[in-house]
Formats: sequence, structure tokens, C-alpha cells
Amino acid sequence: MVKEVERAGIPVVHICTVVPISLTVGANRIVPAIAIPYPLGNPALDKKDEKTLRRKIVEKSLQALTTEVEGQTVFED
Amino acid sequence: MRLELGNIFIKDVQFSDATKIENGVLYIDKEELLATVGGDERVKNIDVELAHPGEEVRITPVKDVIEPRVKVEGPGGMFPGVLSKVDTVGTGRTHALKNVAVVTAGKIVGFQEGIIDMSGPGAEYTPFSKLHNIVIIADPVDGIKQYDHEAAVRMIGLKAAQYLGEFAKNLEPEEIKYYETEPLLESIKKYPDLPRVGYVYMLQTQGLLHDTYVYGVDAKKIIPTILYPTEIFDGAIISGNCVSACDKNPTYVHQNNSIIEDLYEKHGKEYNFVGVIITNENVYLADKERSSNWTAKLCKYLGLDAVIVSQEGFGNPDTDLIMNCKKIENEGVKTVIVTDEYAGRDGASQSLADADPKADAVITNGNANEVILLPPMKKIIGTTQYVDTIAGGFDGSLRADGSIEVEIQAITGATNETGFVRLTAKEY
Amino acid sequence: MSKKRVVHYINQFFAGIGGEEKADIKPEVREGVVGPGMAINTALKEEAEIVATVICGDSYFNENVEVAQKEILDMIKQYKPDLFIAGPAFNAGRYGVACGTITKAVQDELGIPVVTGMYIENPGADMFKKSVYIVETGNSAATMRAAVPAMVNLALKLLKGEEVGSPEEDKYISRGIRKNYFAEERGSKRAVDMLIKKLKGEDFVTEYPMPDFDRVEPNPAVKDLSKAKIALVTSGGIVPKGNPDRVESSSASKYGKYDIANFQELTEADHETAHGGYDPVYANEDPDRVLPVDVLRDLEKEGAIGELHRYFYTTVGNGTSVASSKAFASEFAKELIADGVEAVILTST
Repeated sequence: MVKEVERAGIPVVHICTVVPISLTVGANRIVPAIAIPYPLGNPALDKKDEKTLRRKIVEKSLQALTTEVEGQTVFED
Repeated sequence: MRLELGNIFIKDVQFSDATKIENGVLYIDKEELLATVGGDERVKNIDVELAHPGEEVRITPVKDVIEPRVKVEGPGGMFPGVLSKVDTVGTGRTHALKNVAVVTAGKIVGFQEGIIDMSGPGAEYTPFSKLHNIVIIADPVDGIKQYDHEAAVRMIGLKAAQYLGEFAKNLEPEEIKYYETEPLLESIKKYPDLPRVGYVYMLQTQGLLHDTYVYGVDAKKIIPTILYPTEIFDGAIISGNCVSACDKNPTYVHQNNSIIEDLYEKHGKEYNFVGVIITNENVYLADKERSSNWTAKLCKYLGLDAVIVSQEGFGNPDTDLIMNCKKIENEGVKTVIVTDEYAGRDGASQSLADADPKADAVITNGNANEVILLPPMKKIIGTTQYVDTIAGGFDGSLRADGSIEVEIQAITGATNETGFVRLTAKEY
Repeated sequence: MSKKRVVHYINQFFAGIGGEEKADIKPEVREGVVGPGMAINTALKEEAEIVATVICGDSYFNENVEVAQKEILDMIKQYKPDLFIAGPAFNAGRYGVACGTITKAVQDELGIPVVTGMYIENPGADMFKKSVYIVETGNSAATMRAAVPAMVNLALKLLKGEEVGSPEEDKYISRGIRKNYFAEERGSKRAVDMLIKKLKGEDFVTEYPMPDFDRVEPNPAVKDLSKAKIALVTSGGIVPKGNPDRVESSSASKYGKYDIANFQELTEADHETAHGGYDPVYANEDPDRVLPVDVLRDLEKEGAIGELHRYFYTTVGNGTSVASSKAFASEFAKELIADGVEAVILTST
């Protein structure tokens, strides 16, 4: 789906835990997620901290969307 | 154009006191041959040796392989613009001496020349192990420039082939083949319902030992143009290149172009084989763009439905190949491309330097990087001094016992990209 | 002659331990066969036997690759195997990646013959086909009966040092290794034959498939986020509570388009996940963990982004075919463009 959205002309960032898969499927902007059942969460944390964590990932994604990239790029910490 | 090609089958070649062809044997007066091809002040010594199929003989470094042919009727002579005048060839009658070839060898010009083994595993990989080879070893004078060396040896080879070909002029061929290509509008009238096909013939044109000549013109300098297929049978295109040995088109391959042969087989039945478009493979991006644009334009202009495209060489010409393929397909003309591969010694690397999904019909003539062990041979014609440095060789290729571990890249004609041979590759 | 020793690797599901909720279990090893190992063992007959089975949760493996790999390799080494078999993973993405990873690690570290099996669209296939032999299986465990003999056949060939045939013969995913051979006819004749077929629109087989270059050029970055309309898309299967459109939990045949204009966040009360391929508990508790509506609303209020698009698109990435996913996305991408969406955040589980 990522490639089709990109192909349509919309910049897209893929938040995904298994980054190698994201690379194989051809996403250009990739942000690693926390875990498979909760990519943007962590049930071990309290609600407030979890939301902070989620915000961090979303902000990184927005950063990816505003960064020019040449090819596939993983936006790590 | 209509050409009658008379084939005279030779079963042996021997030195004798006079050059003649009798009972299928080509007798050669060595002195006369040397006198005919000699006299070039760029050359220090020339000698001639014979190599027969099955002998334990290795010929190296090989530059060109040429078939002796002669014009019997019709305008022009062999190798127009080079040895003969520039008259347009391809019509009338031509005779060819089959099962023999002139091979030029001798001190290396650059590191691209090749190896021909007349027996053993190496012989399987070169079509020229099946011929009686008249090998001319020409050594240049000291201090000569490489371009002069190459030019001198090239002319010697062609002259030898011309000299020997003359002796076929008055013979009765055992077999005559007819090849006919009408001018475009006439052929369309003749075959109104058949699809139109063409042959896009890519010629290597990248400098020393990488050049090709059309009617004597350096093909680096041409823009894509049209030839009747039969012009090529009469030596309109000659080789000035041997890079790498496995996938260069020796003059012999131009003269006997098997894509043209096989296209003629079904001409007038499955399709109308309209003609040949020649194009080059230059070293500048602008030239690549211009030539591929032009080639695609000509394909469309001629109203072709499909073409076969053959490449010569590898590496940056892979880009020319893919450009031609893409642009021709974009004109609505279907393509089949004929190439070879450089997939690494383990076969796991990407075979071509360039690629495109439109290249969906590919004929491959094998992976040139596959390594072979050539056994020692009883006799070397030429010298094995350069084996380590020729393309396909490496440090330690030549072993003390005379055996050679080398990529098939170094074997003349091994992966020829006009589909001249049966070697191919598949995926595991 | 004693039988050759085999170690088998499977995941928590095939070990009968549990489904998604147990995908986080750490590696453990059991003597003898477990689950599909029984069928494999039977097929191995007198040649070899499975002496131990290593089990690991798919999520644990993928989220802790380094550690998991080392733990598992240590377990395997203990058994001094002559052969290693992983899977088959069919179309389970994480399982396929785990199988590929551990199979390659065993090959590299122990230098013994290795084999795994999975469906051709499994992401693990593209990732590892060049490194290890991957038997091509069907896309679900319903094809186990065909997968086992194929895997055992290839495994035994490798074990005995016999020459491996072509991908068609020995039923493995082509590794892209080119090998020369002499054809019956010369290349020019084959070229003319292929030309005639192509002209007639008949089927032909190219002798060199072009490498798969389906890469899409990245689009230019968003210039001004504060004015941009951002849309959310997910393969994590987030849907309104009750899954009104019945998006399937696996092999989704459809995607959903849902309105979040009135939502400042997603909760257990209003949304859930339809995805059957991961432990749904956390996503059901708080769907924002998969589709971060709450954070994006905050950013919207703060003016960091222009607007969160009112619709989000969702499907279930579990076993849904590449072709289907492509089709869904190319359809809804058109709508996104029509709606003036400038960028997409796509989340996956």
C-alpha cells in the first residue's frame, strides 16, 4: 500500500516494527515502531508516558515527511 | 537486393607449393600468402601456421577471425571501403570457403584478445575450434603505437582472407543459398498481410580494440542507419575490436551473422524481414541518447511491428541496449533482445548493468564470468605470455604446467551476442 | 549406521502453545518432534531424525533479533545437528522472517545444510532467497501435506551432498543464481522463435527475467506542515466497534473508509481491531496505539499540522495478497488526492 500511495504522488511515511519488511516492500520514509501489537504504544507504561512515547514517534514521522530523501531512508533516533 | 551465396566446403588445409583448391582441400603457398599480406612497415615479422580441429593446439592472443569470401558477380569487392572500393555490395553472387578461417594472433595489442583451443573443454566454448584455422602471427616493430599495431594486424587479416577467397572464384559451389530483400514499399506490396520485422544490430564503438567499421567508416561517427542484410554477408561491416573475446563480433560473425540467417529462414512466411538498422555504442551519454532515439525513430518510420536487437560487449553498452529496448517498445514496436551476462563467478550478481521491465523478451548467451580450467596444450600458436592480463584472466591464471584457469570471457566467441553459439544460462 | 540428526524450528502457533497472545514467548527447546515436525520426521524415514525442536514466539524473535538468534543458536549447537529445518512459515510474515533469519544464521555459524519453506509473497522470501534454500509452499497451513515432502526431498539432497536441480525440479524459490548450459539450438534461432511468439501474442519465457525494480521514487517532502492536511492509513485493521463492514481478519478482500471528524481520540468503546494476525488485546484497549488519532489531534490544535483528514483508511495486513493491497491503495489514493491530502502516515503491525 505504501508504494501505491507514493506512486499516486503523495509523500508517505511508514511506521512499522519489522523495518526489513518495510525496506523490502519498498517504503521510502520509514520510522521504526515499538512492537507489533502496539506500534505506537507500550502497555507497560502509564497512560501519560505512553502518550508521550506515541507523540515522539508521530513527531519523527512528521519530520520524515518534511525531509527530502533520495531513496529508502529509515528515521531512527 | 538479391544475393546468391555459393558455399564451398573445405575439408582440410595444407601448405603446398601453390595455392589452389582441389577435391575439397585448400592448399596454400605460404611464401605467396606472406608476400601478399606483408610489406607493412609497422610489422616486424609475420608467419603463418595451421591449426586443425581436434589438435592439441592453443591459439592466443586472438584478434580477429575472418572467412575467405569473394565477389563472383555483382558490383563491389570484399570488404568495401577497406580493401575494395566503396561500391555498394550485397547483390549478385558471392562464394565462401566454409570450414576455414583466417585468424590473426601475435603480440598483444591491448588486454582484450582471446584464446581458441582446438581440442579439450575449451574447444566446446568457441565456434572456431571446428574450423581449419590459418593463423597469421604478426609482430609489430618495437615502439609502435597501439592504434598502428591494431590497424596493421587488422589489414593483414583482411588481406589474407581476400587472397584466399580469390581461389574460390571459379569453383562450383556444393551449395547455393538465395537471400532476397526488396526495397521497403515493394516488400510491403509483396507481403501485405505479414508483420514487418527488423534487426537492430548494435556495433561496439568505444576506441582502441573496441571499434567497428562500416564500408570503411569508423562506426563511432555514424548515426543509426539502414542496410540490406546481404550487404553484411559481403563484408560491409568488419571488426576492429575484440573486447572481451567472448562477446566481440569477429569479422567471421559479421559475415555469417546468424540472426540474419535465421530471420531469412522464415522471411515471407511468418513475417516480412524488412532490413537491418545498425547503431553504435559510444562512450558519451549524449551519443547513447541520440543513437537510441534515432534507432527507435527508424523502427517506427519503417512501420516495424517487432525487432530483434543484438548487443556487442557489456558494461556501459548495457545502457545502450536498454535504451534501445525501452525507446523502441515505447514506439509500439515489440522487441526481443539478445545479450550475454556478467553475473559473477558464482552467478549470483546482477547480470546486466542496466535493466527495465520493458525488456521482457531476452535471449541470453551465457554468463561470461564462469571459470573454466583449460588443460595444457602440446602446441601454442602465438604466446601465452599475456594470459594473466587478458580480460577474463587473473594473476595466476597461467599455471606452471601450461594449464589455464580463466573465465570463459577470454575464449573467443564463447558468449557471442548474435546468438552464434548454443551456450545459454538459466536461473537456480 | 546411525541416523543423521536434525533440529527443527517452529513458532508458538505450530507448537500448539497459542496464537497471537503467545507470540512473545521466548525461545525454548524440546527433545524430539513437536507439531509439524512429526510429519517431517516420518518423511525423513531412515535417513535422519529430528532430535530436537526449537520454539520461539514470532513477535519475540522479530523484536529481539540479536538476542533471540544467539539464544537459539546456542540451543541448536547443543544437539550437534547434521541438518536444520525451519518452518514451513506459509504466508505468516513474521514467522517467515524468523525462519529465514535463523536458517541463514545456522548455515553461516554451523556450516550445515539448511532448508526452510514459505509462500512466495512472504516478506521473508525476498529477504532470504539468495542466502538459503526456501521451498515454495502454498499460502496457508492447509498446504502442509504438499510442503513437507518438498522440504524433506530438498533437505535430504543437501544432506547427502547431491546436486540440487532447477527451482522447478526441486520446488524452491529461485535464488537468482545464473548457471551456464548448452541449449539444443543456437541463440539466434531461439531469438527468432521468441520474436514470432511475441508477435502472435503467444506465451514465451524470457531467458533472463529483469530484476524486480519496482521501486517508486520518493515524493518531495511536505513544505509547510502547519498548513498540510495529513491522512492516516493502517494495515493494522482498526475499524469502528463491531466491524460494521466485516473487514476480514485475514486475507482481507476489502478496505474500510471511516469518519473520525468527531473523534479526538480512539477508545475501546468506539473502535477495535479486525486484524487476526497479532494479539488484539492492546489495540482493542486503546486503538490509538495503532492509529494515533489522539496525538494528531493535539498537534492539530497546536497548529503543528494543518489538519487531520476526516477519513482514515484501513485494511488487515494479515495474509492479504500483495495484489489486493496494491489494488486497495491505488483506489483510495485517488480519493486522498481528490480530498487535498498532502501526506500520509501509514501504520503497520
